Amino acid sequence: MHGEMTDTEIISRVLKGEQQLFAALVERYQNYVFTLVLRFTEIREDAEELSQDIFVKAYRSLADFRGESKFSTWLYTIVRTSCITFLRKKKLETTSIDNEKTFLQLENRESGFKANQVEIKSRQAMVNEAIALLNPDDAQIITLFYKAEQSLGEIGNIIGAEPNTVKVKLHRARQRLKEKMEKHFSHEVREIQND
Amino acid sequence: MKYVKYKMIKKIPPDSDNWSELYNKQLINNFMNEQQNMEDRLWDYIDGMAGVEEKSAIEKLIETNLEWQRTYRELLQAHQLINSTELESPSMRFTKNVMEEIAKYQVAPATSSYINKKIIWGVAAFFIVMILGFLIYSFGQLNWANNSSSNIVSPNLEKLNWGKVLNNSYTNIFVMINVVLGLMLLDMYLTRKKKLLKGTSD
Repeated sequence: MHGEMTDTEIISRVLKGEQQLFAALVERYQNYVFTLVLRFTEIREDAEELSQDIFVKAYRSLADFRGESKFSTWLYTIVRTSCITFLRKKKLETTSIDNEKTFLQLENRESGFKANQVEIKSRQAMVNEAIALLNPDDAQIITLFYKAEQSLGEIGNIIGAEPNTVKVKLHRARQRLKEKMEKHFSHEVREIQND
Repeated sequence: MKYVKYKMIKKIPPDSDNWSELYNKQLINNFMNEQQNMEDRLWDYIDGMAGVEEKSAIEKLIETNLEWQRTYRELLQAHQLINSTELESPSMRFTKNVMEEIAKYQVAPATSSYINKKIIWGVAAFFIVMILGFLIYSFGQLNWANNSSSNIVSPNLEKLNWGKVLNNSYTNIFVMINVVLGLMLLDMYLTRKKKLLKGTSD
Protein backbone atom coordinates (compact mmCIF):
# COMPACT_ATOMS: atom_id res chain seq x y z
CA MET A 1 0.00 0.00 0.00
CA HIS A 2 2.79 2.39 0.98
CA GLY A 3 5.24 0.74 -1.39
CA GLU A 4 5.29 3.54 -3.93
CA MET A 5 5.58 6.37 -1.44
CA THR A 6 9.02 7.90 -1.03
CA ASP A 7 10.60 8.22 2.40
CA THR A 8 10.17 12.00 2.35
CA GLU A 9 6.47 11.71 1.54
CA ILE A 10 5.93 9.27 4.38
CA ILE A 11 7.87 11.48 6.80
CA SER A 12 5.92 14.63 5.94
CA ARG A 13 2.62 12.76 6.43
CA VAL A 14 3.80 11.26 9.74
CA LEU A 15 4.78 14.75 10.88
CA LYS A 16 1.28 15.94 10.00
CA GLY A 17 -0.15 13.34 12.40
CA GLU A 18 -0.49 10.10 10.42
CA GLN A 19 1.48 8.12 12.97
CA GLN A 20 0.55 4.71 11.55
CA LEU A 21 2.41 5.50 8.32
CA PHE A 22 5.68 5.19 10.23
CA ALA A 23 5.16 1.41 10.03
CA ALA A 24 6.03 1.65 6.33
CA LEU A 25 9.44 3.09 7.18
CA VAL A 26 9.98 0.42 9.85
CA GLU A 27 9.17 -2.33 7.36
CA ARG A 28 11.40 -0.76 4.72
CA TYR A 29 14.47 -0.43 6.92
CA GLN A 30 14.12 -3.02 9.68
CA ASN A 31 16.42 -5.58 8.05
CA TYR A 32 19.15 -3.02 7.37
CA VAL A 33 18.97 -1.62 10.89
CA PHE A 34 18.81 -5.07 12.48
CA THR A 35 21.82 -6.33 10.47
CA LEU A 36 23.89 -3.27 11.34
CA VAL A 37 22.98 -3.54 15.02
CA LEU A 38 23.72 -7.26 15.05
CA ARG A 39 27.28 -6.49 13.89
CA PHE A 40 27.72 -4.63 17.16
CA THR A 41 25.72 -6.62 19.68
CA GLU A 42 26.33 -10.17 18.34
CA ILE A 43 23.29 -11.39 20.30
CA ARG A 44 19.99 -11.42 18.42
CA GLU A 45 17.83 -10.54 21.43
CA ASP A 46 19.99 -7.50 22.21
CA ALA A 47 19.98 -6.51 18.55
CA GLU A 48 16.19 -6.70 18.37
CA GLU A 49 15.71 -4.61 21.48
CA LEU A 50 18.25 -2.02 20.37
CA SER A 51 16.79 -1.85 16.86
CA GLN A 52 13.38 -1.21 18.37
CA ASP A 53 14.82 1.62 20.48
CA ILE A 54 16.48 3.07 17.38
CA PHE A 55 13.16 3.27 15.50
CA VAL A 56 11.50 4.88 18.51
CA LYS A 57 14.34 7.42 18.70
CA ALA A 58 14.05 8.06 14.96
CA TYR A 59 10.31 8.62 15.31
CA ARG A 60 10.69 11.01 18.24
CA SER A 61 13.31 13.10 16.44
CA LEU A 62 11.70 12.87 13.01
CA ALA A 63 11.13 16.64 13.00
CA ASP A 64 14.92 17.03 12.98
CA PHE A 65 15.23 15.23 9.64
CA ARG A 66 15.62 18.10 7.19
CA GLY A 67 15.96 16.03 4.03
CA GLU A 68 19.53 17.20 3.42
CA SER A 69 20.64 13.57 3.22
CA LYS A 70 18.85 10.31 2.46
CA PHE A 71 16.55 9.14 5.28
CA SER A 72 18.59 5.92 5.43
CA THR A 73 21.83 7.87 6.03
CA TRP A 74 20.14 9.83 8.82
CA LEU A 75 18.73 6.63 10.31
CA TYR A 76 22.11 4.86 10.22
CA THR A 77 23.65 7.79 12.09
CA ILE A 78 21.19 7.04 14.90
CA VAL A 79 22.09 3.35 14.57
CA ARG A 80 25.77 4.10 15.00
CA THR A 81 25.42 6.43 18.00
CA SER A 82 23.01 4.01 19.71
CA CYS A 83 25.35 1.07 19.10
CA ILE A 84 28.33 2.97 20.48
CA THR A 85 26.33 3.85 23.61
CA PHE A 86 25.26 0.20 23.91
CA LEU A 87 28.87 -1.00 23.64
CA ARG A 88 30.03 1.58 26.19
CA LYS A 89 27.39 0.39 28.66
CA LYS A 90 28.25 -3.23 27.96
CA LYS A 91 31.94 -2.51 28.49
CA LEU A 92 31.18 -0.92 31.85
CA GLU A 93 29.20 -4.00 32.83
CA THR A 94 31.83 -6.47 31.70
CA THR A 95 34.71 -4.69 33.43
CA SER A 96 32.95 -5.33 36.72
CA ILE A 97 32.96 -9.07 35.94
CA ASP A 98 36.02 -11.12 36.71
CA ASN A 99 38.54 -10.82 33.88
CA GLU A 100 39.08 -14.56 33.78
CA LYS A 101 35.40 -15.09 33.14
CA THR A 102 35.49 -12.65 30.25
CA PHE A 103 38.50 -14.42 28.82
CA LEU A 104 36.71 -17.77 29.09
CA GLN A 105 33.69 -16.34 27.30
CA LEU A 106 35.92 -15.21 24.45
CA GLU A 107 37.62 -18.59 24.31
CA ASN A 108 34.26 -20.36 24.24
CA ARG A 109 33.21 -18.14 21.38
CA GLU A 110 36.29 -19.14 19.41
CA SER A 111 35.87 -22.86 20.11
CA GLY A 112 32.14 -22.71 19.46
CA PHE A 113 32.94 -21.02 16.24
CA LYS A 114 35.35 -23.80 15.23
CA ALA A 115 32.64 -26.38 15.99
CA ASN A 116 30.23 -24.40 13.88
CA GLN A 117 32.51 -24.69 10.88
CA VAL A 118 31.27 -28.23 10.26
CA GLU A 119 27.69 -27.02 10.10
CA ILE A 120 28.31 -24.21 7.70
CA LYS A 121 26.57 -25.12 4.52
CA SER A 122 26.44 -22.05 2.40
CA ARG A 123 28.95 -19.49 1.31
CA GLN A 124 26.76 -16.69 2.56
CA ALA A 125 26.77 -18.20 6.01
CA MET A 126 30.54 -18.43 5.86
CA VAL A 127 30.89 -14.75 4.94
CA ASN A 128 28.40 -13.78 7.65
CA GLU A 129 30.38 -15.78 10.21
CA ALA A 130 33.61 -14.17 9.04
CA ILE A 131 32.03 -10.69 9.26
CA ALA A 132 30.92 -11.52 12.80
CA LEU A 133 34.56 -12.17 13.67
CA LEU A 134 35.59 -8.67 12.60
CA ASN A 135 35.61 -5.75 14.98
CA PRO A 136 32.25 -3.88 14.97
CA ASP A 137 33.63 -0.87 13.06
CA ASP A 138 34.97 -3.00 10.21
CA ALA A 139 31.78 -5.07 10.12
CA GLN A 140 29.61 -1.98 10.02
CA ILE A 141 31.56 -0.28 7.24
CA ILE A 142 31.36 -3.41 5.09
CA THR A 143 27.61 -3.75 5.77
CA LEU A 144 26.96 -0.07 5.04
CA PHE A 145 28.87 -0.22 1.76
CA TYR A 146 27.67 -3.57 0.44
CA LYS A 147 24.24 -4.05 1.94
CA ALA A 148 22.91 -0.64 2.92
CA GLU A 149 23.93 0.89 -0.43
CA GLN A 150 25.67 3.88 1.11
CA SER A 151 28.34 5.78 -0.82
CA LEU A 152 31.72 6.61 0.70
CA GLY A 153 30.52 10.17 1.34
CA GLU A 154 27.36 8.95 3.04
CA ILE A 155 29.31 6.50 5.20
CA GLY A 156 31.55 9.44 6.04
CA ASN A 157 28.50 11.37 7.28
CA ILE A 158 27.42 8.40 9.38
CA ILE A 159 30.75 7.71 11.04
CA GLY A 160 31.99 11.31 11.01
CA ALA A 161 34.95 10.89 8.67
CA GLU A 162 36.19 12.16 5.30
CA PRO A 163 35.35 9.99 2.24
CA ASN A 164 39.05 9.26 1.72
CA THR A 165 39.37 8.00 5.29
CA VAL A 166 36.29 5.83 4.73
CA LYS A 167 37.90 4.44 1.57
CA VAL A 168 41.04 3.45 3.48
CA LYS A 169 38.96 1.98 6.31
CA LEU A 170 36.89 0.00 3.82
CA HIS A 171 40.01 -1.36 2.11
CA ARG A 172 41.46 -2.41 5.45
CA ALA A 173 38.16 -3.94 6.60
CA ARG A 174 37.95 -6.04 3.43
CA GLN A 175 41.57 -7.07 3.84
CA ARG A 176 40.90 -8.22 7.40
CA LEU A 177 37.75 -10.04 6.26
CA LYS A 178 39.77 -11.83 3.61
CA GLU A 179 42.32 -12.84 6.24
CA LYS A 180 39.58 -14.14 8.58
CA MET A 181 38.06 -16.19 5.77
CA GLU A 182 41.43 -17.64 4.82
CA LYS A 183 42.24 -18.42 8.47
CA HIS A 184 38.94 -19.90 9.61
CA PHE A 185 37.45 -21.18 6.37
CA SER A 186 40.54 -22.16 4.41
CA HIS A 187 38.81 -25.30 3.11
CA GLU A 188 35.74 -23.44 1.81
CA VAL A 189 37.88 -20.64 0.38
CA ARG A 190 40.00 -23.19 -1.51
CA GLU A 191 36.82 -24.81 -2.85
CA ILE A 192 35.57 -21.43 -4.07
CA GLN A 193 38.92 -20.68 -5.72
CA ASN A 194 38.83 -24.02 -7.52
CA ASP A 195 35.31 -23.41 -8.87
CA MET B 1 71.59 14.84 4.55
CA LYS B 2 75.02 13.30 4.15
CA TYR B 3 75.46 13.35 7.94
CA VAL B 4 72.20 11.44 8.44
CA LYS B 5 73.34 8.77 5.98
CA TYR B 6 76.67 8.54 7.75
CA LYS B 7 74.89 8.13 11.09
CA MET B 8 72.72 5.35 9.65
CA ILE B 9 75.72 3.53 8.26
CA LYS B 10 77.62 3.94 11.52
CA LYS B 11 74.84 2.18 13.44
CA ILE B 12 75.32 -1.03 11.45
CA PRO B 13 78.26 -3.15 12.54
CA PRO B 14 80.59 -3.89 9.63
CA ASP B 15 79.76 -7.60 9.31
CA SER B 16 78.11 -8.73 6.11
CA ASP B 17 75.20 -10.60 7.79
CA ASN B 18 73.61 -7.39 9.05
CA TRP B 19 73.92 -5.83 5.66
CA SER B 20 72.09 -8.69 4.02
CA GLU B 21 69.45 -8.67 6.78
CA LEU B 22 68.88 -4.97 6.23
CA TYR B 23 68.72 -5.48 2.49
CA ASN B 24 66.19 -8.30 2.94
CA LYS B 25 64.07 -6.17 5.25
CA GLN B 26 64.13 -3.38 2.71
CA LEU B 27 63.11 -5.83 -0.02
CA ILE B 28 60.25 -7.17 2.12
CA ASN B 29 59.08 -3.62 2.90
CA ASN B 30 59.15 -2.69 -0.76
CA PHE B 31 57.24 -5.82 -1.68
CA MET B 32 54.60 -5.18 1.01
CA ASN B 33 54.16 -1.58 -0.14
CA GLU B 34 53.83 -2.67 -3.75
CA GLN B 35 51.32 -5.36 -2.78
CA GLN B 36 49.28 -2.84 -0.76
CA ASN B 37 49.36 -0.34 -3.58
CA MET B 38 48.26 -3.01 -6.06
CA GLU B 39 45.37 -4.11 -3.85
CA ASP B 40 44.23 -0.52 -3.25
CA ARG B 41 44.20 0.19 -6.97
CA LEU B 42 42.40 -3.08 -7.70
CA TRP B 43 39.74 -2.39 -5.04
CA ASP B 44 39.14 1.03 -6.62
CA TYR B 45 38.80 -0.67 -10.00
CA ILE B 46 36.38 -3.31 -8.66
CA ASP B 47 34.29 -0.67 -6.82
CA GLY B 48 34.09 1.37 -10.05
CA MET B 49 35.91 4.29 -8.45
CA ALA B 50 38.90 4.36 -10.77
CA GLY B 51 39.10 7.13 -13.37
CA VAL B 52 39.06 6.38 -17.11
CA GLU B 53 42.87 6.45 -17.49
CA GLU B 54 43.45 4.45 -14.32
CA LYS B 55 40.81 1.94 -15.41
CA SER B 56 42.49 1.23 -18.74
CA ALA B 57 45.92 1.07 -17.09
CA ILE B 58 44.65 -1.52 -14.59
CA GLU B 59 42.93 -3.52 -17.32
CA LYS B 60 46.23 -3.63 -19.20
CA LEU B 61 48.08 -4.76 -16.06
CA ILE B 62 45.52 -7.51 -15.42
CA GLU B 63 45.93 -8.73 -18.98
CA THR B 64 49.72 -8.73 -19.03
CA ASN B 65 50.89 -9.28 -15.45
CA LEU B 66 50.26 -12.66 -13.81
CA GLU B 67 50.58 -11.29 -10.27
CA TRP B 68 47.97 -8.60 -10.98
CA GLN B 69 45.73 -11.19 -12.62
CA ARG B 70 45.92 -13.52 -9.60
CA THR B 71 45.28 -10.73 -7.06
CA TYR B 72 42.41 -9.35 -9.15
CA ARG B 73 40.71 -12.77 -9.20
CA GLU B 74 41.18 -13.12 -5.47
CA LEU B 75 39.76 -9.70 -4.67
CA LEU B 76 36.89 -10.09 -7.11
CA GLN B 77 35.93 -13.37 -5.44
CA ALA B 78 35.97 -11.69 -2.03
CA HIS B 79 33.88 -8.83 -3.44
CA GLN B 80 31.31 -11.21 -4.91
CA LEU B 81 31.17 -13.23 -1.70
CA ILE B 82 30.50 -10.15 0.44
CA ASN B 83 27.87 -9.05 -2.06
CA SER B 84 26.16 -12.41 -1.89
CA THR B 85 25.44 -12.15 1.85
CA GLU B 86 21.86 -11.61 2.88
CA LEU B 87 20.47 -9.21 5.42
CA GLU B 88 19.43 -10.53 8.82
CA SER B 89 15.76 -10.24 9.76
CA PRO B 90 14.28 -9.47 13.15
CA SER B 91 11.27 -11.36 14.53
CA MET B 92 7.89 -11.24 12.77
CA ARG B 93 6.45 -9.06 15.54
CA PHE B 94 9.12 -6.40 15.14
CA THR B 95 7.07 -3.72 13.32
CA LYS B 96 4.12 -4.31 15.64
CA ASN B 97 6.36 -3.91 18.71
CA VAL B 98 7.83 -0.67 17.37
CA MET B 99 4.39 0.75 16.56
CA GLU B 100 3.07 -0.17 20.00
CA GLU B 101 6.04 1.61 21.59
CA ILE B 102 5.68 4.63 19.33
CA ALA B 103 2.00 5.01 20.26
CA LYS B 104 3.16 6.17 23.71
CA TYR B 105 5.14 9.08 22.27
CA GLN B 106 4.78 12.14 20.12
CA VAL B 107 7.26 13.56 17.64
CA ALA B 108 9.47 15.98 19.59
CA PRO B 109 9.73 19.55 18.22
CA ALA B 110 12.68 20.12 15.89
CA THR B 111 15.89 21.10 17.66
CA SER B 112 16.14 24.24 15.51
CA SER B 113 12.84 25.47 16.96
CA TYR B 114 14.15 25.66 20.50
CA ILE B 115 17.78 26.49 19.83
CA ASN B 116 17.26 30.08 18.80
CA LYS B 117 19.91 31.61 16.57
CA LYS B 118 19.32 34.96 18.29
CA ILE B 119 20.68 33.48 21.52
CA ILE B 120 23.81 32.22 19.76
CA TRP B 121 24.34 35.64 18.15
CA GLY B 122 23.69 37.30 21.52
CA VAL B 123 26.41 35.20 23.19
CA ALA B 124 28.79 35.96 20.32
CA ALA B 125 28.04 39.71 20.58
CA PHE B 126 28.65 39.56 24.34
CA PHE B 127 32.15 38.15 23.90
CA ILE B 128 33.02 40.32 20.91
CA VAL B 129 32.05 43.49 22.83
CA MET B 130 34.12 42.29 25.80
CA ILE B 131 37.23 41.53 23.73
CA LEU B 132 36.94 44.73 21.65
CA GLY B 133 36.47 46.84 24.78
CA PHE B 134 39.61 45.43 26.36
CA LEU B 135 41.60 45.85 23.16
CA ILE B 136 40.52 49.46 22.60
CA TYR B 137 41.22 50.35 26.18
CA SER B 138 44.63 48.63 26.17
CA PHE B 139 45.69 50.45 23.02
CA GLY B 140 44.50 53.70 24.55
CA GLN B 141 46.87 53.14 27.46
CA LEU B 142 49.96 52.77 25.27
CA ASN B 143 52.41 55.60 24.84
CA TRP B 144 52.85 55.67 21.07
CA ALA B 145 55.36 58.55 21.14
CA ASN B 146 58.08 56.43 22.75
CA ASN B 147 60.25 53.87 20.94
CA SER B 148 60.13 55.93 17.76
CA SER B 149 63.50 54.52 16.69
CA SER B 150 62.12 51.00 16.42
CA ASN B 151 58.93 49.73 14.78
CA ILE B 152 58.17 47.38 17.64
CA VAL B 153 55.78 48.65 20.28
CA SER B 154 56.85 47.57 23.74
CA PRO B 155 54.47 48.90 26.41
CA ASN B 156 55.71 49.03 29.94
CA LEU B 157 53.05 47.02 31.74
CA GLU B 158 54.71 47.52 35.10
CA LYS B 159 54.01 51.22 34.92
CA LEU B 160 50.32 50.68 34.08
CA ASN B 161 48.11 52.26 36.71
CA TRP B 162 45.57 49.53 37.44
CA GLY B 163 43.72 51.69 39.95
CA LYS B 164 43.15 54.25 37.22
CA VAL B 165 41.97 51.53 34.86
CA LEU B 166 39.39 50.18 37.26
CA ASN B 167 38.10 53.58 38.34
CA ASN B 168 37.81 54.88 34.81
CA SER B 169 34.27 55.83 33.78
CA TYR B 170 34.75 54.16 30.36
CA THR B 171 35.53 50.90 32.12
CA ASN B 172 32.45 51.25 34.26
CA ILE B 173 30.25 51.89 31.21
CA PHE B 174 31.80 48.90 29.45
CA VAL B 175 31.20 46.64 32.46
CA MET B 176 27.62 47.88 32.74
CA ILE B 177 26.95 47.08 29.06
CA ASN B 178 28.27 43.57 29.61
CA VAL B 179 26.19 43.07 32.74
CA VAL B 180 23.03 44.24 30.92
CA LEU B 181 23.82 41.95 27.95
CA GLY B 182 24.42 39.05 30.34
CA LEU B 183 21.14 39.66 32.17
CA MET B 184 19.27 39.89 28.85
CA LEU B 185 20.67 36.52 27.78
CA LEU B 186 19.76 34.94 31.11
CA ASP B 187 16.23 36.33 30.86
CA MET B 188 15.83 35.02 27.29
CA TYR B 189 17.05 31.58 28.39
CA LEU B 190 14.77 31.38 31.43
CA THR B 191 11.68 32.58 29.50
CA ARG B 192 12.29 29.98 26.81
CA LYS B 193 12.77 27.23 29.38
CA LYS B 194 9.55 28.25 31.15
CA LYS B 195 7.63 28.16 27.85
CA LEU B 196 9.00 24.70 27.03
CA LEU B 197 8.08 23.35 30.44
CA LYS B 198 4.58 24.79 30.08
CA GLY B 199 4.28 23.23 26.60
CA THR B 200 5.24 19.73 27.75
CA SER B 201 2.95 19.80 30.79
CA ASP B 202 -0.11 20.74 28.63
